[in-house]
Amino acid sequence: MSAPDWAAPPTTGTGGAAPPLLQVEGLRKYFPIRRGFFGKPTSWVQAVDGVSIEVRAGETLALVGESGSGKTTTGRCILRLLDPTSGSVRFDGVDLLALPPRAMRRMRRNIQVIFQDPYASLNPRLRVGTIVREPLEIHKIGANRRERDEMVAALLRRVGLDPAMMRRYPHEFSGGQRQRIGVARALALRPRLIVADEPVSALDVSVQAQVINLLIDLQEEYGLAYLFIAHDLAVVERIADRMAVMYLGRIVEVGSREEILKNPLHPYTKALLQAVPIPDPARSRARTVLRGDLPSPADPPPGCRFHTRCPEVIEVCRRDDPPLVEASPGHWVACHLVPGTGSARSGV
Amino acid sequence: MGAVTRVLEVTNLATHFDTPEGLVRAVDRVSFHVDEGETIGLVGESGCGKSITALSLLRLVPPPGRIVAGTIRYRGTDLTALPEREMRRYRGRHLALVFQEPTTALNPVLTVGYQIAEGLIVHKIMRRREALREAVRLMDHVRIPDAARRAREYPHQMSGGMRQRVMIAMALACRPSVLIADEPTTALDVTIQAEILDLLRRLKEEYRLALILITHNLGIIAETADRIAVMYAGRIVEQAGVADLFKTPRHPYTEGLLRSVPRLGGPTGAVGGRKPRLPAIEGSVPDLAALPAGCAFHPRCPDVMDDCRMVEPLPLPLAGVAAMPGTDRPGLDRSVACFKHHDVHGRPR
Repeated sequence: MSAPDWAAPPTTGTGGAAPPLLQVEGLRKYFPIRRGFFGKPTSWVQAVDGVSIEVRAGETLALVGESGSGKTTTGRCILRLLDPTSGSVRFDGVDLLALPPRAMRRMRRNIQVIFQDPYASLNPRLRVGTIVREPLEIHKIGANRRERDEMVAALLRRVGLDPAMMRRYPHEFSGGQRQRIGVARALALRPRLIVADEPVSALDVSVQAQVINLLIDLQEEYGLAYLFIAHDLAVVERIADRMAVMYLGRIVEVGSREEILKNPLHPYTKALLQAVPIPDPARSRARTVLRGDLPSPADPPPGCRFHTRCPEVIEVCRRDDPPLVEASPGHWVACHLVPGTGSARSGV
Repeated sequence: MGAVTRVLEVTNLATHFDTPEGLVRAVDRVSFHVDEGETIGLVGESGCGKSITALSLLRLVPPPGRIVAGTIRYRGTDLTALPEREMRRYRGRHLALVFQEPTTALNPVLTVGYQIAEGLIVHKIMRRREALREAVRLMDHVRIPDAARRAREYPHQMSGGMRQRVMIAMALACRPSVLIADEPTTALDVTIQAEILDLLRRLKEEYRLALILITHNLGIIAETADRIAVMYAGRIVEQAGVADLFKTPRHPYTEGLLRSVPRLGGPTGAVGGRKPRLPAIEGSVPDLAALPAGCAFHPRCPDVMDDCRMVEPLPLPLAGVAAMPGTDRPGLDRSVACFKHHDVHGRPR
């Protein structure tokens, strides 16, 4: 299980600025596949394999990738809903992985989550008021029930719901309204970072826009930072300040939204962008269609993990794993074809 | 004009579900047609009736749903009037269906090769051995690598993209004239989706299929369909050629939908330090068991008028649209159901 050293985090061009709010370094999460008779793991799924990202206060980092890329696992490791195999996760300079459970629970005030499925992530037996009030009670915010109920009413109003709906149950709401309830719950503790895992992909198009707009409003109002996990690049475009593209457990490219969208360097990023169907019949339909399926993360290909599907593959890709290097200030890419990676073809 | 073969003509189709919560008009007076070699896209959000329309065409609506009115003419034969025994000869043979979720649509205990061949055997087009050979050929045709070996695999041994290819091979086995694809790529990753759509477009040309593509994704529609029918709350609210619909949407719902769809290359840069907002349609899709009176879209419509709250607008041709070929009836190819374009008496505004 030797992997190149990813220790150098992709710090961006703002040298000397305050440390990032969230700093993830060399994160790995391997899941055992038990095959031996005594349950001894005989092989591992390398769901996340050396991921380094950072999120600054008040910004949105979009973590994009397809199924099996490890984006959700990365989010869950950051929240400590999963224990990473190795690596570090620092929030405001504090190493979350080293925190004892009690301290971690206190830390959770700062880091909240919004899940993909608004149908599965709200307890169907609890009234909406109780769902949103629960985090306040756990963290002993507000002097009494009445004060908390006032807070809940204000939260519901803030996410565009009628506070009178407090007494209703989740099934009485539409998908978009349920996601607003999820947002209100995440917001209750005034967190500084929200990990949003595909927060709009289960919603109808006309409702998606409402929820994205709400998230942007709240960010501006409260200075929230988002780690926005998504597979849909078009959705991410509006909300992202920076984007990180994942493939088979690795970050293959990181940069500002403008850089990634206008000047993508990694062949996978290019293919991903081209694969998004354009809702405009007048635009040309030219695209490079990737052949073949995603390899299994239990048995990733040697060399560059993308080489089996890469339209621009060269010999070195099959052999050497390209490191993530800074191609231009703040724009990092892991590809042998990009000049300056050391192993790149000359003259490219 | 060259001869166009009208393969399927659906007129005033209505499929209702009599539920304890009330009568649900899942499909309500829906009319459209598809010609040979043409793709019509049925687009809409959850609960708009697009999938029930697909199932209705094959008469596979689950109870308590049933087709209560309308005709489905396949090459002149009204499928709604056929006895079930007769209908079975059409299902899979002339009209085939590709589902959204290939994992649940395939039988886990049969090899994929056999499942592809089954239609050919059931419809007595081929004997078993020959059909199995044909299955391998079809798998090769839908670009499944190493088809002869993979034909002996079971669905769980394949990836989502490969399973969807198997579904397509299965649907095409009997050389149907009409292929109904219900959200064929929704369960797939975007790079795999691009491959499958590419494949569908190629097969449509090659087999001269009349393709009915059902999706919520306007990008897929823009890239794949020739004509589009926009559905809302069980009804078709607007029908148009793909270029017309995207360039000059006439129904406020279509306009809102087109505006709210996130697209790459749209305006992005933060203006004055603020990120631009997406234009959204307020409210949410209505409950089909409790539809608002009048136009079902009126509570969310920015252009709502008094008539809209009381009278239901019918789809009518836009002014200046030519009559349907061979009839004196104006065609519904460019139609809209909205009082912005017609008054309550159906006169163009």
